[in-house]
Amino acid sequence: MRTRTRLILGLAALAVFASACVSDASQDTLKPEGPYAEQIYDLFVPVFWIAVAVFVVVEGLLLFIALRHRRRKGQPASIPPQIHGNNRLEIGWTILPALILAGVAVPTVTTIFDLAREPEGDVLEVNVLAHQWWWEFDYPQEGIVTANELHIPTGRPVYLTLCAVGLGYEDQPTPSVCQPGPPDGAPPAAIGDGVIHSFWVPELAGTQDVVPGQANTLALQADRPGRYSGQCKEFCGLSHAYMKFAVVAHTPEGYADWLANQQADAAMPEPGSLSATGMDVFLNGQCIACHAVQGLEDANGNPVAANGGPDLTHFASRECFAGCWLQTQDREELAAWLDDPAAIKAGSWMPDYGLTPEEIDALVAYLEGLT
Amino acid sequence: MASVSVPADGRTGGLLRRPTATTGLWSWVTTVDHKKIGVLYGVTAFLFFIVGGTEALLIRLQLAQPEQGLLSPSVYNEIFTMHGITMVFLVVMPLSAAFINYLVPLMIGARDVAFPRLNAFSYWAFLFAGIFIYSSWFLGGAPNGGWFGYAPNAVLDPTRGMTFYAIGLLIAGVASTVSAINIAVTILNMRAPGMTLFRMPVFVWMSLVVQFLLAFSLPIITVALFQLLFDKRFGTHFFDSVAGGDPVLWQHLFWLFGHPEVYILILPAMGIVSEILPTFARKPLFGYQFVVFSGIAIGFIGFGVWVHHMYAVGLGPIANTAFGISTIIIAVPTGVKIFNWLGTMWKGDLTFPTPMLFAVGFVAMFVIGGLSGVTHSVVPSDYQQTDTYYIVAHFHYVLFGGAIFGLFAGLYYWWPKVFGRMLNDTLGKVSFWLMLIGFNLTFGPMHVLGLQGMPRRIQTYPEELGLAFWNLVSTVGAFLIALSVLVFLVNVAITRRKPRVAQADPWDARTLEWLTSSPPPEHNFDEIPTVHALDEAWHRKYVETEPGRVVPVPAGGSGTEAPHAGEHSIHMPSPSYFPLVASVGILLLGYGIIFGWLLAAAGAVVLLAGVYGWALEPSAE
Repeated sequence: MRTRTRLILGLAALAVFASACVSDASQDTLKPEGPYAEQIYDLFVPVFWIAVAVFVVVEGLLLFIALRHRRRKGQPASIPPQIHGNNRLEIGWTILPALILAGVAVPTVTTIFDLAREPEGDVLEVNVLAHQWWWEFDYPQEGIVTANELHIPTGRPVYLTLCAVGLGYEDQPTPSVCQPGPPDGAPPAAIGDGVIHSFWVPELAGTQDVVPGQANTLALQADRPGRYSGQCKEFCGLSHAYMKFAVVAHTPEGYADWLANQQADAAMPEPGSLSATGMDVFLNGQCIACHAVQGLEDANGNPVAANGGPDLTHFASRECFAGCWLQTQDREELAAWLDDPAAIKAGSWMPDYGLTPEEIDALVAYLEGLT
Repeated sequence: MASVSVPADGRTGGLLRRPTATTGLWSWVTTVDHKKIGVLYGVTAFLFFIVGGTEALLIRLQLAQPEQGLLSPSVYNEIFTMHGITMVFLVVMPLSAAFINYLVPLMIGARDVAFPRLNAFSYWAFLFAGIFIYSSWFLGGAPNGGWFGYAPNAVLDPTRGMTFYAIGLLIAGVASTVSAINIAVTILNMRAPGMTLFRMPVFVWMSLVVQFLLAFSLPIITVALFQLLFDKRFGTHFFDSVAGGDPVLWQHLFWLFGHPEVYILILPAMGIVSEILPTFARKPLFGYQFVVFSGIAIGFIGFGVWVHHMYAVGLGPIANTAFGISTIIIAVPTGVKIFNWLGTMWKGDLTFPTPMLFAVGFVAMFVIGGLSGVTHSVVPSDYQQTDTYYIVAHFHYVLFGGAIFGLFAGLYYWWPKVFGRMLNDTLGKVSFWLMLIGFNLTFGPMHVLGLQGMPRRIQTYPEELGLAFWNLVSTVGAFLIALSVLVFLVNVAITRRKPRVAQADPWDARTLEWLTSSPPPEHNFDEIPTVHALDEAWHRKYVETEPGRVVPVPAGGSGTEAPHAGEHSIHMPSPSYFPLVASVGILLLGYGIIFGWLLAAAGAVVLLAGVYGWALEPSAE
């Protein structure tokens, strides 16, 4: 009975790990798609198998001893020799694991330093700003800002500088070496609390925490075009689970096209269309208190600049929004979001402005046109 | 020694009269008997275990399928935070304290702990800390920033939950600090004649190491909790980067406590297993000195590995390398312990009643937790696994597969000693197998979930992540664990109705507590035993006729001192109200910090009254 249960348990454990290799998981540490993630994976795999070997030996010994030396049915109780220990064995099982572990330590240390090195050559630099609960990506050299989707070219190292954005204890914005912040002199809008987040896109790189008052860095690279799922990993409050993002890797040509589109001003709706009504709602309502759309001017002729909310200039060019929890193309999701953001993401800093259904329709039309 | 007979000083009557009840509710409220206090710790911790387990079931229900709405994010955050706080501070620590309180004086041949009233105070302060933290559900919301309480999130959260957390853990910290000093002094000063340090049972050794870990690590978390409390309640800026504070400071302080805490949770269970394996192998512990020194080494190195909770914070490659290597090093003494447990079983006359099953289960499960722990010393690999369910799996293999299995082994093993009744072995075995299977179903799949990209502390996850199947399996497993605990409770209920028939030594065991009756008299031993060897009780039953050959001591030929009960009376410390009064004062102070200075002042008055009454009450009736 005991043997069989153990056997079944052992097989179940094996099945568990086997299944890990053939899963449909889409945010998987076991499917590296770039050199940084591969380096980690190549270290993890041998260590995993060493651990499996130790597991088999130790559990096998335990099982063997338990069966071999058990008092069998009908066998009388006996007093075994009172062995107190064996110094040679003690030294052996101190030194042997120490040697195995020393063997593991060497590649560990070299990999730590490899991963910490700043990439050289043609590097794309992006500032990552972690908000409660969405991600902003600022490309200082390209002069563009996007939200929740980090677009990169394949085969080119990307070097990220990561900053936490938000208000500190006294509602003062957290100072940050990452741009952009609120426009000069503008009072910060309700942009959430400056808490710790953590940037993680497992198929491309390891984790990097984003800490208020500290600019951390992380290198990543994708070798194949694709959409790689990422997520905030450090508990950051009510909507921690809803703080996802995606890294979208294009071929170099595809990236150039994407970049050219992002650098253009926002599309202007046709006068008289529903979309144009939506633009009026956008400009005359509360939206521009936080959101930017490049190329628009407010009633006083000032450009509509970002102040704590995502830049919406090319909103419809992105597949997802609201911390990548919602799909941009899903008009119903977008309408529901505009109606009551906190009903979808608890604690959302975007208020419910009591928009009428007509206003929401118009805004959806306008936003869907911002390609 | 507190047990030395002091003539009654004759002061009776008046305000400071000592309570005299020896049965009924008042005897429990005023007791200073280490055994009663041990039982109080155990019962309280087990009640919290049921509460914390219920929270775990709610978490598992919410996560059973993607995008469920059973628990809202705000409630989910409260539940997972309270689950962690409960299991660490209100279950595993006090359940270990129950065993330490009950067993240490018996195992070293003492009549009580060094400071019996302080011992009662520790219990009441712990109980009130638990009540205080749980009362937050009714007073504006429970703690919701995780048991790790990271700043600035914990400070900026608008609710009072994390203020309750800070004050509640400070009160629990007072209880543990006091108890640490008490038990350490007891072990060092109150051993029976002949009980040298290296004749002490390994459980006593592990308890001693734990008391030093507590005494040195609790001041660190105390500092951190005061800073958190001051930031939250009084507007200081310890963790505010805008004002020159540092959010990472909290993490250093928390984990500098938090990692020794892990060993505080596991070492008592390791001690329990080191007692049970020799009994049911009928052999001494293999490599006693090596097991003891490994425990001490783990205690020391445990203070030097805290950054392995913080590899992703951005401390740089040199810090990460240093702490990666210290984490590798701590695996070595841990491995030594496991091999010695295997050596203990080797060539034994092994029987497998329920306590032995749980002890062997402990070894089997702890090996898995230890191995996944080694992968954390591989820093880059942890860059992926940190804050995922892989970590959740790892520490549950250590703290559930390890600590809880070990504590259950201890419950079954010492139940006859404590209550005079044997738990039903068949039900015990049913409970064990249910727990082993349920445990592996719950936490085994979490390794996969973590590697496949499931972060911790998320209230839900989208279907596209492909995590639904193993989450469902895990939830099913959690309910099997619950069923196993239910079987245990049924076992307890059935056993309660049986007559007290347990012998003094039902397992043919090896340590001093088995020399006295089950349950032991209030004064533990009629005559304090004189110790001649490690495993003293065994040596009184068996002699080695030639190297390796052991035979029972012939009847009447035992070296046991004849009991002298009744020849002279044994003076035991009298019960007291004041430990309870003093802890009520601390409780009121805690509420006062949140709700107003008048209440705090009242708390201070009660505390002072408790302390003065304590100091001034007559030493005996």
